Amino acid sequence: MKTTDIVRYALGSLNGARSRTALMLLAMSIGVASVLVLTSLGEAARRYVSGEFASLGTNLIIVLPGRTETAGSEPSMLIGDTPRALTLGDAQALLRSSLIQRVAPLNIGSAPVSYGGLERDIPIWGSTAELLEIRHWEMGLGRFLPKAEWDRASPVCVLGQKVRKELFGNQPVLGEWVRIGDRRFRVIGILESAGESLGVAVEDMVIVPVASIQRLFNTSSLFRILVEARSREAIPRVIEHITRTIRERHQGEEDITVITQDAVLATFDNILQALTLTVAGIAAISLGVAGILIMNVMLVAVAQRTTEIGLLKALGAPGQQIVNLFLAEAALLSLLGAGLGVVIGLAGNGLIGYFYPDLSMGTPLWAFAAAIGVALGTGLLFSLLPARRAAKLDPVQALARR
Amino acid sequence: MITLENIQRIFLVGDQKVHALRDINLHINAGEYLSIMGPSGSGKSTLLNLLGLLDRPDAGRYRLDGQDVTTLSDKQQARLRRERIGFVFQFFHLVPRLTAAQNIELPMMLAGQPVDERQLCVQQALKDMGITDRADHRPDQLSGGQRQRVAIARATVMQPGLLLADEPTGNLDRASGKDVVDILETLQRRGITLIIVTHDPALGERAQRRLHMVDGTIVNDTAKP
Ligand SMILES: Nc1ncnc2c1ncn2[C@@H]1O[C@H](COP(=O)(O)OP(=O)(O)O)[C@@H](O)[C@H]1O
Ligand SMILES: [Mg+2]
Repeated sequence: MKTTDIVRYALGSLNGARSRTALMLLAMSIGVASVLVLTSLGEAARRYVSGEFASLGTNLIIVLPGRTETAGSEPSMLIGDTPRALTLGDAQALLRSSLIQRVAPLNIGSAPVSYGGLERDIPIWGSTAELLEIRHWEMGLGRFLPKAEWDRASPVCVLGQKVRKELFGNQPVLGEWVRIGDRRFRVIGILESAGESLGVAVEDMVIVPVASIQRLFNTSSLFRILVEARSREAIPRVIEHITRTIRERHQGEEDITVITQDAVLATFDNILQALTLTVAGIAAISLGVAGILIMNVMLVAVAQRTTEIGLLKALGAPGQQIVNLFLAEAALLSLLGAGLGVVIGLAGNGLIGYFYPDLSMGTPLWAFAAAIGVALGTGLLFSLLPARRAAKLDPVQALARR
Repeated sequence: MITLENIQRIFLVGDQKVHALRDINLHINAGEYLSIMGPSGSGKSTLLNLLGLLDRPDAGRYRLDGQDVTTLSDKQQARLRRERIGFVFQFFHLVPRLTAAQNIELPMMLAGQPVDERQLCVQQALKDMGITDRADHRPDQLSGGQRQRVAIARATVMQPGLLLADEPTGNLDRASGKDVVDILETLQRRGITLIIVTHDPALGERAQRRLHMVDGTIVNDTAKP
């Protein structure tokens, strides 16, 4: 039998039983589409969260005072074990390593900010020029804190977009003086709006030099020291360097905690991997359900056509030829169903991406392979098995089946 | 052409054995016109199915053109059915979604013949059966007589030497039944071996050689007085 004849015959019988064909296409495409959409959702969620972490800055190491790894009672509650504060001197000492790209000291507080009779409590960040690069922020207007000696308390500040809008409306803002607590600061720049960056509302903050915030809140200690290593590989040695340097400066006490973004990222990656696998599991179940649906429809389809198989045998078709005919039919159907499923799945992804632009909906390749593979597999297998059984019957037996 | 030796066919119904054919011995020459008659359940269809290689005997030997066909593989038997044997059923057995022409073309398609050759043969067969104007009609748009003519065209389009018909007029009215018989007899006169199973004595009497079956055995054969 010629290949073109096989294909034409298969198409003819698909076309001849439209509702059966439609049902099988539906089962197959829903299975494929649901796998694609669900795994894309899982992947998108994973990428969204890891993207949030990346926006914290790459190769970032955070130094905080006190050891927080100790389990059990709160260490600071123990007498004589109060953590020594981190100081600007500590931060500066860290700069003496070629493995370290930049260091930014950080203090955070909240103070009333006022301009022209308007006043509001706003989070104040005190840092240095390096903060901008370490956090990967962008300037919208003007410039960031000047690169000056860290202990110089210049009366300048940088505002978030929301603060600017609330205090100034649409008026020009650069060069204006605002009051923060009991001091006056000149506005030198506006941050580019970056939305929410992992819990930090970039729009709703005021940044001043670290020395200024220390005077403002009358403190000499730091809240954090942010360190950027030169490379990802250097991070372990940088940590070692930090611990050693601070221990030397703190009379041999190891009273800091060093957090690397890497560790955090790795933990979240694991969690999200698990999430993706869970989603894939759900997808696999839906694929399995679709597979069973396909199987049943295929079984019924072949059973309904046992007489036709008997006739073809009576007309001189060997069993193998009949199996080939049914396989061709199943292959056409499965390809069509899988193709339709891919189209529906991608359309679904597009729709979700349209309504939730924060999610980058990209389907992992393995999901494509699994979805199409299972659809083709079940489609072919469950038409092959009954067709082979029917083709083995003697023609009379097949003809007599109703 | 055909030699049956000690053919037995036993069906198992539950744990009851039904002897549909008991020890059948038969020789049929090429070109013969033979009818098989007998009461219902006497084994006529079973015998015809065995002759058409649609069924296998439980014991005995069937030789077709000198070749023992009982031991052939599925593929070899299929080839014989395709090339040497035509079968006409009481219930036509046309493929409903195919047109008359496509139904007739089916055996040639299964044989892998070239398309233009197939078209020529189909046209000729339609003409021979007098249903050229029905070529593109599907079976449900045809009368019983026309359907049986399509079935005969399909059975003979590969030019087989043996034509088997199981009650070919059983589902037809008298007039179209007579047309079908005329066609079959014309084919026989042109040289085909024709074996008809029938209930109808008038039809059975037309054959040169008549078998009478009762309870799985041939009780009367006009060739062996
Ligand atoms: N597939 C089958 N299974 C069981 N019994 C069968 C089958 N085919 C035929 N028979 C039995 O074999 C006997 C002969 O049947 P058949 O050849 O169809 O008779 P006829 O065609 O002469 O009416 C009957 O008793 C029938 O019941
Ligand atoms: Mg019968």
